[in-house]
Amino acid sequence: MKRTTRSNFAFCKRLTGSVLLFALPWCASPGWAQAGKLLVPTTVGAGQTFSIPVVGSGQAGSGQATFYLLGPDHVVKRHVSPGSEVQIQSSDVRSAGLYQVILCDSKSSCTSATFEVKAAPPAHLSFFLHPSRVPVSTRDSIDATAFVFDQYFNLVWAPAVVDFRITPASGTGFSRRGTTRNGVAWMRMDSTPHEGSVRVTAVLGNVEEARVIQQVAAEACALRMKTVASGNRVTLETDPVRDCSGNTLPDGTIVSFTKIDKLGKSTVDTPIKKGIARVQFSVHGRAQISVACGVVLGNEVAVAVNGGL
Amino acid sequence: MKWALSAFLAIATAVLVAFAWLQSGGLKQHAMFSAGTPEEAVQALMSEIRAHDYQQAYASLDRSSDTDLASFIREMAGSDGSLRTYSSLQTAEVSPLHADHDEALVRLRMNWSSALGSLDDVRDLRVRRDGSVWRVVWPKPAFSTVPPQVVSVNYLSWDVIGRNTSQNWGAQDVDSPKVRITSMNAISRPGRVVILGEVENEDTVPAYLNVNATLLKADGSPIEEEGSFDLISHVLLPKQVSPYRIDFPGVRMDAVKSVRMDARALLVPASADPVIAVTDQGVSKDGLNRTVLKGELVNQSGRPVNIAQVLAAYYDNFGKVIWVSDGYVDQALMPQVPVAFAVDIPDDIAARLKNYRVIVNHYSRSSN
Repeated sequence: MKRTTRSNFAFCKRLTGSVLLFALPWCASPGWAQAGKLLVPTTVGAGQTFSIPVVGSGQAGSGQATFYLLGPDHVVKRHVSPGSEVQIQSSDVRSAGLYQVILCDSKSSCTSATFEVKAAPPAHLSFFLHPSRVPVSTRDSIDATAFVFDQYFNLVWAPAVVDFRITPASGTGFSRRGTTRNGVAWMRMDSTPHEGSVRVTAVLGNVEEARVIQQVAAEACALRMKTVASGNRVTLETDPVRDCSGNTLPDGTIVSFTKIDKLGKSTVDTPIKKGIARVQFSVHGRAQISVACGVVLGNEVAVAVNGGL
Repeated sequence: MKWALSAFLAIATAVLVAFAWLQSGGLKQHAMFSAGTPEEAVQALMSEIRAHDYQQAYASLDRSSDTDLASFIREMAGSDGSLRTYSSLQTAEVSPLHADHDEALVRLRMNWSSALGSLDDVRDLRVRRDGSVWRVVWPKPAFSTVPPQVVSVNYLSWDVIGRNTSQNWGAQDVDSPKVRITSMNAISRPGRVVILGEVENEDTVPAYLNVNATLLKADGSPIEEEGSFDLISHVLLPKQVSPYRIDFPGVRMDAVKSVRMDARALLVPASADPVIAVTDQGVSKDGLNRTVLKGELVNQSGRPVNIAQVLAAYYDNFGKVIWVSDGYVDQALMPQVPVAFAVDIPDDIAARLKNYRVIVNHYSRSSN
């Protein structure tokens, strides 16, 4: 059964609220008669005030008309007079996306047009710096990703240049540039050889967003211990535990000491304190003692309680 | 008819009296007073311990026992929030080792049930004849004490300040610790498949860790997923390595095509204290002729550790993890006092065993 334009519009006029939001594009579908002419700009910046002239057609040029603006996140409904201009407020077009305007006259004829609202100039950066801790001297270990938003938090699709400024705790800083693609700019870099915090700032025009990454010591390197015997007790103490770049492993890192003598095997997992791990064993006869930190093995020492090391 | 009714009433009364006698511990008392054999004497003692009647149990010991009541209660009922304080004696098996007219040696295997599983305690006890009954000679437990002192503890501890949830998307946060499964081995055991290996906290912060495994069929569909539960040290300090074991009961190895491993770590507050040394470790046979890894735990801090769990990883000639076993210690680890432990090793594993490594999980009451 073919529906008439008139009865369909009467149906649409009864709609309210969210139902109206979904049904309006259908109400203004090509099957509807043209009610008038809407002169809309092709694109508008987000939050930009503008006006839409309402030009009446021959058959719908008189009386009150109803104007609808359908945006990605809200709908505006107004009563307008043909020949006037509809003022679109800044708050009506804050969200970027495709908008549809529909004009329906008092004789139930509708016409529609679409326009696009594009993001305003960049005003915010969402900046992700990953990871928050990274071992020193590790290739491609730091990811910096910046999302560019306008003042209304619309993703800015237009290419923009983001400057990533890297400031290590020691040494000179440097910067890398990245151009946004689909609103996102990113870069990847190696961690530097020195532990400590590294400040990375994403800069776009006057907008800055800073994050801090902690560069930490890598695996232990050249782990060594020395022994001090006293009676049947032996104190084992590592040299300051450092990685291959010379950074001291943080306190609390576990160092495992293993002693094997005639009574069996003894192990102590002890944390580094002030850069050094220390443990005491009682030794019976000859003993072989080894040290390890994680999967890194250190030196081995042979100990005899009679004094011969 | 009249006689039948009388007989029925007499029998019913006798049955009820016997039942009441049993209920009131008459059998136990009978066993106590009629401890006519060494085994009966030990069983009677165990009945009293099971009933938490320590005074009566202590009174039944032989006079030559050099323990006192307080030590006996402390040994049997536990102290200092140890696992024994949360345990109850389930069964006691007694087997004679040697007997003559006045003295006997028996082997007692006590099985204690606790919230963390059952615990075996095997002892050889002397039993002496005292007139018409036998009495157990209970040795004085060796409770070591350390002299009063101040132990300075200045190990590192970590606190965590997380991201404020009200902050914008993209606001800075701290990442979870980076952990790595350094080895994984799938083995077939009777009636189950077992996944075991080791995992390392590679980060510089402590991690709360869970290792899960999913067994997959040839078509990639999952057979079953399990976690390591308590066969892992969940809290790993920086660069600490823990063994893990995941059991899949009822799964056959030939049904498994591959295994998907998943190690999930959370950043948690932790303390590097206490340090627990594992001393004098060695593989030997216990009183029941089982292969066990024995040793002693020494709490090097100044605070008691209430419950300790020993986790042991066993390696073959090639350094591959071939088994992981655990055992709880039912005594609290008092500062500087060695406490013995023993962990079972299956015989077939013991035959291939080349090396082993022991770590200790610990639980301390915060009020201590």
